[in-house]
Amino acid sequence: MIRFEPRSETPVVLLVMMPVISACAALALALVILAFIGAPAERAAGLLLQGAAGSVFALTETLTRATPLIFTGLAAAVAFRAKLWNIGAEGQLYAGALAAAAVGSGAITLPPYLMIPLICLAGAAAGALALLGPVLLKARLSVDEVVTTLLFNFIILLFVQMMLEGPMKDPMGMGWPQTAPIIDEGMLPKLIAQMRLHAGILIALGMVVLVHVLINRTVLGFEMRAVGGNASAARFAGIPVTATLVKTGLISGALAGLAGVSEVAGLKGYLTSDLSPGFGYSGIVVAMLAALNPLAVAPSAIFIAGVLVGADTMSRSLGISSYFADLVVSLALLSVLIGSLFTRYRLRWIRAA
Amino acid sequence: MEAFDILLQSSFWAAAIRIATPFIFGVLGALICERAGVLNLGIEGIFVAGAVSGWLAVYLGVDLWTGVLAAAAVGACLGLLHGCFTVLLGLSQHVTGIGITLFATSAAYFGYRVAFPTVTSPPRIEAFKPLNLTFLEVAPIIGPALGQQTALTWLAFACVILTSFVLYRTPLGLAIRAVGDNPASVDAQGLSVAALRMGALAVGSALMAVGGAFLTMSAFNAFFFGMINGRGWVCIALTVFASWRPGKALLGALLFGAFDAYQVRLQTLAGGVVPSQIFLMMPFILSIIALILVARKADYPRALMKPFIKGER
Repeated sequence: MIRFEPRSETPVVLLVMMPVISACAALALALVILAFIGAPAERAAGLLLQGAAGSVFALTETLTRATPLIFTGLAAAVAFRAKLWNIGAEGQLYAGALAAAAVGSGAITLPPYLMIPLICLAGAAAGALALLGPVLLKARLSVDEVVTTLLFNFIILLFVQMMLEGPMKDPMGMGWPQTAPIIDEGMLPKLIAQMRLHAGILIALGMVVLVHVLINRTVLGFEMRAVGGNASAARFAGIPVTATLVKTGLISGALAGLAGVSEVAGLKGYLTSDLSPGFGYSGIVVAMLAALNPLAVAPSAIFIAGVLVGADTMSRSLGISSYFADLVVSLALLSVLIGSLFTRYRLRWIRAA
Repeated sequence: MEAFDILLQSSFWAAAIRIATPFIFGVLGALICERAGVLNLGIEGIFVAGAVSGWLAVYLGVDLWTGVLAAAAVGACLGLLHGCFTVLLGLSQHVTGIGITLFATSAAYFGYRVAFPTVTSPPRIEAFKPLNLTFLEVAPIIGPALGQQTALTWLAFACVILTSFVLYRTPLGLAIRAVGDNPASVDAQGLSVAALRMGALAVGSALMAVGGAFLTMSAFNAFFFGMINGRGWVCIALTVFASWRPGKALLGALLFGAFDAYQVRLQTLAGGVVPSQIFLMMPFILSIIALILVARKADYPRALMKPFIKGER
C-alpha cells in the first residue's frame, strides 16, 4: 500500500525539477494524443520546438507572447498566495487595455517619458478597480470571489465591446469595432528592429522583481502569506485580514491591467475585443507552474508562450487545429497539480498489516 | 404596457423554460457535487464537452437518446477525473476545477476541429422535436408553453424530482448530505467517503454534460464555438442562490430563464436605443445580484472544499 507522508523539507532539486518534469509530461501526453489521431507526432514535436525557439524571430515571438503571460501569471500568483481566488485576470486585462486606449489614443499628448508611465498607471488603476468590486463583496458580504470574478470577465468584455461600437469607436476605422490608435508618444518602443518584441517585456521583468521583493521582503507580503496560510490564525495574531485582502486584490488587478496595457500600447497599437486569447486563464497555469513563486513566473510564462507560439507554427504546417496549444496548456496545469504532491509529500511503500 | 403584455404570452414562457433547461441540469449537477463536499468548477468545460460529444455522437449516426447517454458518459468521466485530483489526492478544488474546464474545453474544441477540419458553416443534426402535448393547452398561457418543450426539458423536471427524492428520502441521500457536512461521521459509520464523493462527482458531472448537450441537441441543432458562454459559471452562482436544494434549483433556473427571455423581448421593444451589450450583460449581473442576496445567510455544506484523508484529522 502507498502512503503519502508530509515532507518537513523539500529538496531544492525537486522544487526546480517538478515543474520541468510536469511540463514535459504535459507535452508528451499531448504528442500521444496527436499520434492517436494519426498525425506525425515526431515531426510535430520538431516543428513545435522550431516554431518556439528555432530562430531569432521565433525567440522574439515567444518572448512577445510571454509578456502578457508574465503579468497575468504574477496577478494569479499574488492573489493565490493570499488565497484570494482571482479568476478574473481576463476581465482585468481588458479593463487595463480599455483605460490605456482611452488615455493613450489622443485625449492627452505628452512626451513619451511621461506618456508611457501615464498609460501604464491608467491601465493598472483600471485593472485594480475591476477587481475591487469582487474583493469588497467578499470582504463585506462574504460573496464567493471565484464566481464573481469569473462573471465579471464576461461583463467587462461586453462593456469593452459596447465602448468599441459606441463612444470609443475609431471614426477612421472603416466601421470596424476598434479604438483609435495609440499615439506614437504612448507606444512602448520596439526592442529589436523588424521584430514585434517591445519594451513591455522589460516592464514585466521589472514587475517580477518587484513582486518578489513585495512578497518576501515586506510586511504586506508577510501579511499576505499569513492570510493565505491560515486566515483565522492571522486574524488572531492581529493581522488586518480584510485590509490585506483588499491590498492584495488591488495589486493583483493592477498587474493584470498592465497585461492589457502592454498588449495595446506595445503590440497591437489599438484595442479590439479579441485582444486576449485567454491570457487571463493561461496566467493561472503560469502561476501554478511557477508554484506561486514570482521569480519562477518568468521562465514559466516563457515556457507556456513557447508552447503557444510553437503550436501555432506546427498547426499551420501540419494542418492541425491550433486548439492543440490550449490542450497542452491545460494538460500542463493538471500535471503540475499532481507534481505539487511530490514536493509536499513523499511516497512510502507500506506492507499491508 | 407592452412590457407587461409580454408576461401574458405563452411564447414568452416557452422561451423562458427552454432557456432554463440547461441551467436546471447544471444547477442540479453542481448541487449534487457540492452536497457531497466538492466544488466542481469544471462545470463550464463539462458543459462544452457534453455539447460537443452528444451532438457528435448523433452526427456519427447513433439515435438521440444514445447521444444523450454519450454526453452523460463523457461528463461522468470528467467528474471522475476531477475526483481523482480532489477526492483521492486531496488537491485544491479551485485549481483542479479550472484545470478541468480548460482541459475539457480545449479537448472538445480540438476534437471538433479534428472531426471537421475545414467546415465553415457548422454541420447540423436532426435535433429533439417539441412534443406538442396539446392536452396541456387547457391551462392558459403556461400550458401551451409546457406543451412546446422537448423531451429533454421533461427529463430535467424528472431529474429534479429524482434528485430531491434520493437526497431527502433514501439512505444514500443521507450519506451524500452527511459526507458534505461531516465526512468523519460517515467514515465512522463504515461508509467510504471517497466512494460517495466520487459517485456524486460522476452523477453530478453527467447531469452538467446533459445540460450542455441540450444546447446542441434541442435548443439548436449544431455546435458553435463559444456557445456555452459562461452558462456553467452562472450555474455555480444559482446553486448558492438555490441554497443547495433541488426544488429551489428548479425555481432559480426558471426565474433566471424568465428574466433572460424577458430582456431579449425588451431589447426588441427598446429598438436600438440601448446598446445590445447592456442586455447581454444582464444574465451575469443577475447572477451576481442573486449571489449578493443570499450571501449573508448562505448555508454552505460544512465540509465543502475540505479534502478528507482517512486516518488524519
